Amino acid sequence: MHIDPLEKKWAQISLGICALFVGIIMLDALFHSVNAPSNVETINSATLHLSEEFAEDNLGVEVDDDGNIIVRMVAGRYSFFPKKITVPADTKITFRWVSIDVVHGVHIPMTNMSTMIIPGFVAEVESSFPKPGDYPVLCNEYCGLGHDHMWSKIDVLEKDKWRALQTSSKGVAK
Amino acid sequence: MTDIAERRLALSHMYVAFIAFILACFMGEYQVLERSGFISALDSPTVYFASVSTHGVLMAYVLTTFFIMGFGYYTATTSLKVPVWNKPLAWGGFGLALLGTVLAAIPLLLGLASVMYTFYPPAQAHYLFYLGATLLIVGSWVWCGIMIVMFLQWKKDNPGEAVPLAMFATTMNALLWLWTSAGVALESLFLIVPWSLGWTDTIDPGLARTLFAWTLHPIVYFWLIPAYIAFYVFVPKQAGAFLFSDEAARAAFIVLVVFSLPIGFHHLYMDPQQAAGWKMLHGIGTFVVALPTFLTGFTVIASLEIAGRLRGGKGLFGWIGSLPWTNTMVLAVILSLLMLIFGGFGGLINASYAMNAMIHNTAWVPGHFHLIFAGTTVIMYFAIAYYLWPILTQKPLYSNNLALVQLWTWFLGMSIMTTPWHVLGLLGQPRRISSVVYNNLLTLSWEPYELLMIFGGLVLLGSACLFIYQLFKTQFSNTSAVFTGEVEYAEPIHAVGTLPEYLNDIKIWNKVIGVLMLISFGIPILQFFFLDTYDSSAWGF
Ligand code: HEM
Ligand SMILES: [Cu+2]
Ligand SMILES: [Cu+2]
Repeated sequence: MHIDPLEKKWAQISLGICALFVGIIMLDALFHSVNAPSNVETINSATLHLSEEFAEDNLGVEVDDDGNIIVRMVAGRYSFFPKKITVPADTKITFRWVSIDVVHGVHIPMTNMSTMIIPGFVAEVESSFPKPGDYPVLCNEYCGLGHDHMWSKIDVLEKDKWRALQTSSKGVAK
Repeated sequence: MTDIAERRLALSHMYVAFIAFILACFMGEYQVLERSGFISALDSPTVYFASVSTHGVLMAYVLTTFFIMGFGYYTATTSLKVPVWNKPLAWGGFGLALLGTVLAAIPLLLGLASVMYTFYPPAQAHYLFYLGATLLIVGSWVWCGIMIVMFLQWKKDNPGEAVPLAMFATTMNALLWLWTSAGVALESLFLIVPWSLGWTDTIDPGLARTLFAWTLHPIVYFWLIPAYIAFYVFVPKQAGAFLFSDEAARAAFIVLVVFSLPIGFHHLYMDPQQAAGWKMLHGIGTFVVALPTFLTGFTVIASLEIAGRLRGGKGLFGWIGSLPWTNTMVLAVILSLLMLIFGGFGGLINASYAMNAMIHNTAWVPGHFHLIFAGTTVIMYFAIAYYLWPILTQKPLYSNNLALVQLWTWFLGMSIMTTPWHVLGLLGQPRRISSVVYNNLLTLSWEPYELLMIFGGLVLLGSACLFIYQLFKTQFSNTSAVFTGEVEYAEPIHAVGTLPEYLNDIKIWNKVIGVLMLISFGIPILQFFFLDTYDSSAWGF
């Protein structure tokens, strides 16, 4: 059995490199609140309309009693519902996604709002949008022949504008 | 020993592999054209998704599996110097796998199985597709069995001797494939096949994805190992030198096989049905498999450096220039390593739990795996084919220069195609779309990159045709010259004496894998039986 000293040294360096990467990623995950959806929360996708949370009237943006913003969205061939929502910039937003049919994925390009939407599960993701603007919401898992057409919009407003809009429409919507 | 029967066996497998490959390359070029939207007459999601599904299945399952089986049989017979054990059984496995391929191809080509090569339920394809895919896997198990029997028999007949490195690696790959395919086989047998035949009404999509993730990562190592085998056992000899270290090579193969298995959840980072702790565990394991690749890079480059210096290369980098760049195996390994370095950077991003969110399921992903799979791996399949074809057909290679042009163009085409593909991903383009209909400014920035991709694809298609032309002209030339060369395995600098059993056996590693799999997949699979999960009924596509 023969292992060259050079080779041994290189093996140690490689181990060090791998350990370094693992370390960086662990720290990043711990301190930068990595938000991959891992809530393992089941739901019956066949009866969403009967569920309290994802009934049609309860979809979209909700501000709860503590002022947290929660967005509930349903993915179904071939769109995300509601088709257009408006949220404030620079604010933590909790997205809750469900599917009514097959597997979908959702990504808002240039942001980390990305998750798979698996029938039978609620995918919860936290994100925030630093810059106001009109963002497309794209389905990024092949879900059928109309997959290309599966997208919707999200409008990100300056915080103040958004708040003004909220107060003016209170009582009208919902 | 005459090995006509073995040569026929190996050749037959490779015919299937390369026919699948060339058909799929034409589909690939059609796909880059269609998805760009530049030629409106081509626009058709129905045809496009049938094509991508077929292209994916042909490249990922048919090319690879048949190539690996054929190469494995010939490696076994030439490295152990014994005939292939139970040839009728081997032909049976071949027949089964071929039947499976044909059965799956029918619904694929008819557009009845446009569910991609990943076929995530509850979208449902025609049952023949699943049945065919299952038969292909079962056929490949026959190969695994034969490799393992030959390995054990040789060890029994040669007690205390080191199994030749090429066979050790091939058998480890057979072991890897048995474990790897078990995930998709469970998914297939217990969930998908009964459901597609209408015996069950519903299916659990979360469980199905979890089982598929079991397979999805190690399968890429199953594809990659033949390339690594060539790195270790062919390249040093072809470059005119020795293998730097036989023992380190074994260690690399062992770590590769053992640690590629329990880490599949990096494909589920973005999935809601698995908890963060399991994802992290698999994420850490993912970095462990980077280790053998670092080791391989070192050994291969060290072997090449020795060769370069033996040929008179001087100075820190002078040895690179004095390598035999006109040897197809040497050129291929250099290009392969270059693509591996770039692909490796991309892989680090994918593997990072947090950064993955930016590129998950974007065009970055096909960009990445074309570079590392269709590039790094497949270019070594070419080199192996160029090396074996004269031996298998006993005719000299038609044209070495043509082969060099082919390898260079494959490298260039792949670079031209995959660079813009990665950029498109960073610009947010999803993968697996047949057209761009999002009415958004962002999508305008995608167009120039699509154009570049079409060009890269054309170069690749031309290169693929050159490859097939070469094999054809070699085999069917009417030259009277007979090629009498045989497979030559590289010698290590230090001859291997006796080895510790753990570097010369698969049984220990089989047990280690069993334990690791239990730890990393036990609870994540069992949870579906404890949790209140809800099944889905079948949906078309
Ligand atoms: C002529 C060369 C090639 C071209 C132009 C090409 C092009 C493409 C395109 C456009 C897609 C669709 C990707 C998407 O939208 O997600 C695709 C998918 C795929 N390609 Fe290739 N390809 C080529 C060669 C190869 C090779 C050599 C391999 C592997 C050996 C390969 C493996 C795959 C696989 C596995 C998929 C399926 C991806 C999926 O289902 O998402 N391709 N290819
Ligand atoms: Cu979709
Ligand atoms: Cu993987």
